[in-house]
Amino acid sequence: MEPWEEDGPEVVKRFMYVNRRAPYGTIYALECLEVVLIAAAFDQDVSVVFVDDGVCQLKKDQDTTAIGMKNFSNTYRALDDYDVEKIYVEKESLEARGLTEEDLIIPVEVLAADQLGDIMAQQDVVISS
Amino acid sequence: MSTMLHLINKSPFDRNALDTCLRLAKTGSSVLLLEDGVYAAMSGGSYAKAVSDRMGELTFYVLGPDVSARGLDDKPLIDGIDVVDYGGFVDLVVEHETAQSWL
Amino acid sequence: MKLAILVNEGPFTHQASDSAYRFAEAAIAKGHEIGRVFFYNDGVFNANKLSEPQTDDRNLVALWAELGQENGIDLVVCIAAALRRGIKEEILKEGFRISGLGQLVEAGIENDRLVVFGD
Repeated sequence: MEPWEEDGPEVVKRFMYVNRRAPYGTIYALECLEVVLIAAAFDQDVSVVFVDDGVCQLKKDQDTTAIGMKNFSNTYRALDDYDVEKIYVEKESLEARGLTEEDLIIPVEVLAADQLGDIMAQQDVVISS
Repeated sequence: MSTMLHLINKSPFDRNALDTCLRLAKTGSSVLLLEDGVYAAMSGGSYAKAVSDRMGELTFYVLGPDVSARGLDDKPLIDGIDVVDYGGFVDLVVEHETAQSWL
Repeated sequence: MKLAILVNEGPFTHQASDSAYRFAEAAIAKGHEIGRVFFYNDGVFNANKLSEPQTDDRNLVALWAELGQENGIDLVVCIAAALRRGIKEEILKEGFRISGLGQLVEAGIENDRLVVFGD
C-alpha cells in the first residue's frame, strides 16, 4: 500500500455508470449525471460509459433555449474537477450516429466494443438508468 | 473470465438493449431475459438466430413468470435457454459477481 | 448474501417495481438479506401514500412498505428525485425514508450485489 492510500476506505469497488440514452427526450441522462457527481465523493473506482444514444449526451454546442429545458451539458466538464477520469465512449455508437471524438464536449477515451466489453466485465457494481 | 449476469427487460423488437448487450457481453457471462425481454427467447421469432449464434459463449435464461404472463407457454423457446422462476433469478444474481441491467 | 436493489420506475407505467418486489420476496425466502432498496428517477412514486390503485389490483406502495417492515428493509427514496416530483415527508408511506443519493452509492459498497430495475 502506498502512503497516500492509508486513509482510504477499506473496500474499493469498481463502479460503472452506464448511459445509453439521449438527453432531454427523457430525464435519465440528467439524473444519471447527478448520481455520478455524488458517487465521485466516495473514493471508489468510478468509470462512466456512454454507449448507444448515450453518446449524444456529450455532443458539444447544445442549445436548449428554445425548448425551455436546462442545458446540463456543461456539467460534464465538471467531471474532471470531481476526479472522474475514466470516461469511455463506444466507437461503434459514435460512428453509427455520424459523430466523431471532435464532436464531444469533453475529452474521452473512445473504445471499440470488444475493449469496452473487457472493462465492463471487470466491474463490481454497474448502475444504469 | 467473466462472471457477469446481464439483465434484458426490453423486447428486441422495440429497443436495442439485447443487440448492445450481445455486442459487449464477454464469453462466459450469462443473459437473463425478463419482462418484455422474453420475446427474444421464442424460437419462432426473428431474434432466434442472434441468440442462437451466441449460445455456447453465453448462457441464456428466461424468467418463466414473464413468459406465462404473456401467454407464451405454448410457444417453443430457443434450444438451450433455461427457464427460471424468481428464486432462480435470485440464484443467478448470487452466482455471478455482478449484475448489469441493460436499461 | 446481502443484496441491494435500485428501482428506477414508478409502480404503474413500468413492470420494474413489480419485478424488483418479486425478486426481493424470493431473495428473502431463500435466506438472503435485502440490505437496502433505493428508489430513484420515477421510482420515488413507489413511496406515495396517496396512491390508490383499483381494489382488484396489486398495491405496490403498500406491498413494499409491508415487506420492508416485516423484514427490516431500509427503503430509501432519493431526495433530489423526490422533491422535483412532489414526493415529500407529508405524503411518504410509513416504512420509507427520504435521503440523499449517497445512500445509493453506499448500498453498492456495503452489499454483495446491486440489482437495478428500470425502463
